[in-house]
Amino acid sequence: MQPLFLNRFAIASSAGIGLDATVQALGEMRSGLAPCTFETVRLDTFVGQIADAALAPVRADLAEFDCRNNRIAQLCLQQDGFEQSVRAAREKYGPARVGVFVGTSTSGILETELAYRRRDASGALPADFRYATTHNTYSVAWFVQSYFGLTGPSMAISTACSSSAKAFGSAARMIAAGLCDAAVVGGVDSLCLTTLYGFNSLGLLSPALCRPFDADRDGISIGEGAGMLLLEKTALGATADSIALLGVGESSDAYHMSTPHPEGLGARMAMEQALMSAELPPGAVDYINLHGTGTRSNDATEDKAVCALFGNDTPSSSTKGWTGHTLGACGAIDAIICALAIERGFMPGSVNTRTVDPALGLRYLLDNRRERPDIAMSNAFGFGGTNCSLLLGRVQS
Amino acid sequence: MNLFVESIAILAPGLTGWAAGRAVLAGEKPYEPAPFAPPVADLLPAVERRRTGLIVKLALAVGHEALTSAGRPADSVATVFTSSGGDGDVINDICITLAGSDRQVSPTRFHNSVHNAPAGYWGIATHSHHPSTSLCGFDWSFAIGLIEAAAQLQVDRQEVMLVGYDAPYPEPLGSVRRVAHPFGAALLLTRSHTGRTIAELEVTMDAKAKAISRMSDAALEQLRAGNPCARSLPLLAALAGAQPQRVTLERDAGQTLSLSVRTF
Repeated sequence: MQPLFLNRFAIASSAGIGLDATVQALGEMRSGLAPCTFETVRLDTFVGQIADAALAPVRADLAEFDCRNNRIAQLCLQQDGFEQSVRAAREKYGPARVGVFVGTSTSGILETELAYRRRDASGALPADFRYATTHNTYSVAWFVQSYFGLTGPSMAISTACSSSAKAFGSAARMIAAGLCDAAVVGGVDSLCLTTLYGFNSLGLLSPALCRPFDADRDGISIGEGAGMLLLEKTALGATADSIALLGVGESSDAYHMSTPHPEGLGARMAMEQALMSAELPPGAVDYINLHGTGTRSNDATEDKAVCALFGNDTPSSSTKGWTGHTLGACGAIDAIICALAIERGFMPGSVNTRTVDPALGLRYLLDNRRERPDIAMSNAFGFGGTNCSLLLGRVQS
Repeated sequence: MNLFVESIAILAPGLTGWAAGRAVLAGEKPYEPAPFAPPVADLLPAVERRRTGLIVKLALAVGHEALTSAGRPADSVATVFTSSGGDGDVINDICITLAGSDRQVSPTRFHNSVHNAPAGYWGIATHSHHPSTSLCGFDWSFAIGLIEAAAQLQVDRQEVMLVGYDAPYPEPLGSVRRVAHPFGAALLLTRSHTGRTIAELEVTMDAKAKAISRMSDAALEQLRAGNPCARSLPLLAALAGAQPQRVTLERDAGQTLSLSVRTF
């Protein structure tokens, strides 16, 4: 595929609000996870929660969209000069030529969960409850589109935990097909009772901090957050090097709703497709940001898939120990961490993980390394057997 | 963007399958709304079948019909699933549970709550490893799915199946999100003309919003307006051979998508 330049990106998670704070947390091995005190949830688990105080109501003219998920989206849009760059792109190309592609798993379902507690005697939901602009899966893409007054194609991509990785694929196709000139690509998910109690019922929540690839790993820690990127065909910066999306690979496991293929077949196919779309051999990849959720089965099957394709020498790590598993947002968040690694010259290790599982074969980084990857891969897999791999790299502009 | 249609599937009250639906939409037979009989998800293994709700059955049924009509093997195409909201019954059950004192969510309900549940079951049923995406664009989900499918064909695929579906929400959600009846539709689309092509479709993102197409028959118009996916009906009618052959669908941001149909 034609490389698409990441001309601006922004991040907000429990590990850090903004790029600098995120890099600092990564550098200091400081996890954003803490024992769960979210809402009325009483579960023995850790979460990556953004402080309520940081989540201002959405802009007054968009008040109908106000909910935790869109507040997190807005917080992210307001970091790192992102808002200004999108406005400049809108000016440059026109509002109809800028598309919006946002991945989310649960959108603003928390609003509905809370509204159900306030049902009246007849069972009806309270009059102030707004479904379309909060709970509906499209709400967050609609919010971002409205925030900037864009009229290019917009969509929510909702494929569970691969959602915002796949958003890059849709954006790249729309630009290549000539339907837009620039794309706001992102992922947003927020803590809610559905995912906390849902993953708990599946026995997939760790009672401790999640420990990806650890011999004693025992599940995920759920996080919330957002990542937003502005993709364009040409580089914006005056610097010689720019970071670009080089490849996207997508596949389906066709195996089980909530368990990955035991041999990592779909994961491997997604990584192969990403390499093919970037026209790169496996040896060109300097660093892999793993999906690495910390469940027994994800890490074991991802390990098989990576080893089958790359051998056991490519430095790899999961950054979920910092952010928690941000579900539909992790594709965008992890891609931004890869972009930061390329831009600022480091490879993240893995916070919380103590002893790498000897049964796993890939080269797992425990400690941060001061080494600049030129090309990084980011993996995101999800329920329903959906897989997506992204390749990001430094390109001379 | 130009693309080609190999097959069409439809499932809605009184429109059971394309053969029957085509005759109604072409105006050859009157539309008679009939009670909706949920399809059987016989593509799925029995154990999985028991776990699926209406939305999954609807998506699988139209997807299966479109594939079979095109004579293509089940595992041969990439898919775009699009829906305005996912499984309302599952969301309702989960929200009732979470509002109570015992918050034990059923594991099966939880994995069925994801928006891409139909795509996941489709993979299990067809053994297809091809890429699959699941989109949401609220009331404009079908138009947005069509744009995604067209872009996929334009850029990197020979064939894509678009599967759209929406079903009513139970109370109390039903009062805040009205979907009057179930509706599913699927199109097997290809990049170039094939031996099985039955129509050519030109897709244009209108620079300025146009008036959207409606159905001239009052009952069909009621069907169209009562379900987000049923907003595809003017396109399906044009594909059935009815006039006009140029239709306009609403997409997001108050914009429109114009479609020019040429049947073979």
